[in-house]
Amino acid sequence: MSENVPDDLQYTRTHEWIRDLGNGQVEIGITDHAQQALGDLVFVEVPQVGRELKAGEACAVVESVKAASDVYSPVSGSVAARNDALSDKPELLNSDPYGQGWLMRVARGSAPADGPFLKATEYAQFVKEAG
Amino acid sequence: MGLKTPLYDVHVSSGAKIIDFGGWDMPLSYRSQLDEHRAVRRDSGIFDVSHMCVVDLTGARVREFLRYVLANDVAKLTVPGAALYSCMLKPSGGVIDDLIVYFLTDAWFRMVVNAGTRGKDLKWLEEHAAPFGVPVRERKDLAILAVQGPRAREKTAALLSAAHQETALRIARFSGAAIDSWFLARTGYTGEDGFEIMLPAEEAATVWRSLVASGVTAAGLGARDTLRLEAGMNLYGSDMDESRNPLESGLAWTVAFEPKERDFIGRAALEQVRVQGCDEMVGLVLEERGVLRNHQPVFAGPPGQSPGLKIGEITSGTFSPTLNRAIALARVQRGAPARVQVEIRGQPHAARVVKPPFVRNGKALIQ
Repeated sequence: MSENVPDDLQYTRTHEWIRDLGNGQVEIGITDHAQQALGDLVFVEVPQVGRELKAGEACAVVESVKAASDVYSPVSGSVAARNDALSDKPELLNSDPYGQGWLMRVARGSAPADGPFLKATEYAQFVKEAG
Repeated sequence: MGLKTPLYDVHVSSGAKIIDFGGWDMPLSYRSQLDEHRAVRRDSGIFDVSHMCVVDLTGARVREFLRYVLANDVAKLTVPGAALYSCMLKPSGGVIDDLIVYFLTDAWFRMVVNAGTRGKDLKWLEEHAAPFGVPVRERKDLAILAVQGPRAREKTAALLSAAHQETALRIARFSGAAIDSWFLARTGYTGEDGFEIMLPAEEAATVWRSLVASGVTAAGLGARDTLRLEAGMNLYGSDMDESRNPLESGLAWTVAFEPKERDFIGRAALEQVRVQGCDEMVGLVLEERGVLRNHQPVFAGPPGQSPGLKIGEITSGTFSPTLNRAIALARVQRGAPARVQVEIRGQPHAARVVKPPFVRNGKALIQ
């Protein structure tokens, strides 16, 4: 199956994507590769707004019919928003992983920069090699 | 590289996600597992279950042998083609496997056992069949296709000649008939009507393609698992194994204690369990959001209060596409309260105790 890896995002080796919103916040989700590997998603648990996250911390859970999987925050910061639409429509993660399937927005504040993250080409290569 | 069924290439060329299942490379799903599940509930789906092991047992004393080696009683099978679901037990009462046995003639029965237990099953059967002079022959030449759903029988019958169609559609529930090179049985593992077709391996790909072309949805083991769990059917290795007896696995109905004089392997142990009592299998419906999974612990405390005593654990849990909420089979101490708590990732969640099945013939049986 072909997998979509948009050029304008950054990625982690644990299959999260990071979108810099330019206002000190980043938007976080799971990649097309991750949603394809998990299959039909039926339950998503995202952190409360205001929760302080540390980079690398398991902060959300996505469950498909067959398995539960942790999502790790790529950055440190405070949860500024979460995608509540996912509680009724977890399938948005399958149909639009980089858009309507976003998980949360994190305000990085004065936390030191995290990363470095993978560029689209690097992530595509990583997935290919792991595949 | 695992074992491959005669349909392996068809699965791969259909874009299936292949997984290892009991040493076999099997399709987990082709596209969306949920869509495959719903297709079976609403119309029809086809599963390759050729990894399962067909065993023919023959000889003048074959019925006598089966009455000894199986916990259910093949004396119930009086009409040729009739099928019976049974456990095969250790003397301890532990379940070696669960299986379906078909009565073909007085000197010929056919058994279908699980793929993952094939080796030990054949060994056990051979060992106990020898004194009865019953040869045990594995039918590796056969493939098995399960065509399931409200429209499965008519779509399958449409592949047959007019005369054979009539025969096929007259097959009673839980029995089968030989039609040319096929053995067609009205059995399954989904809670829907349908057929399981045992046929020569070389015919399997053609029949598969014909059924898919007639609008039957190719479905993988993922959908098979959610369908069987909604139907309240056990999975060997998850819901029972050699350390568990049928009475604590929701399978008491498959153990024929009558007639009293029939001696079968495991009987003495089960008689004792009956007197002493044992755990029981119940259904659970999660009242909150989340997904129930195998091995999550079950607590007796009323939801919202302290978890209290651990009374058991989930043996099969999943998300039910039909009920749109999580369901499970759980083995718990007898007399569980009507509402319990299940621990999911360290947090208590409210669940209701119900009697399976959850879904039958496309209809939800649980509110």
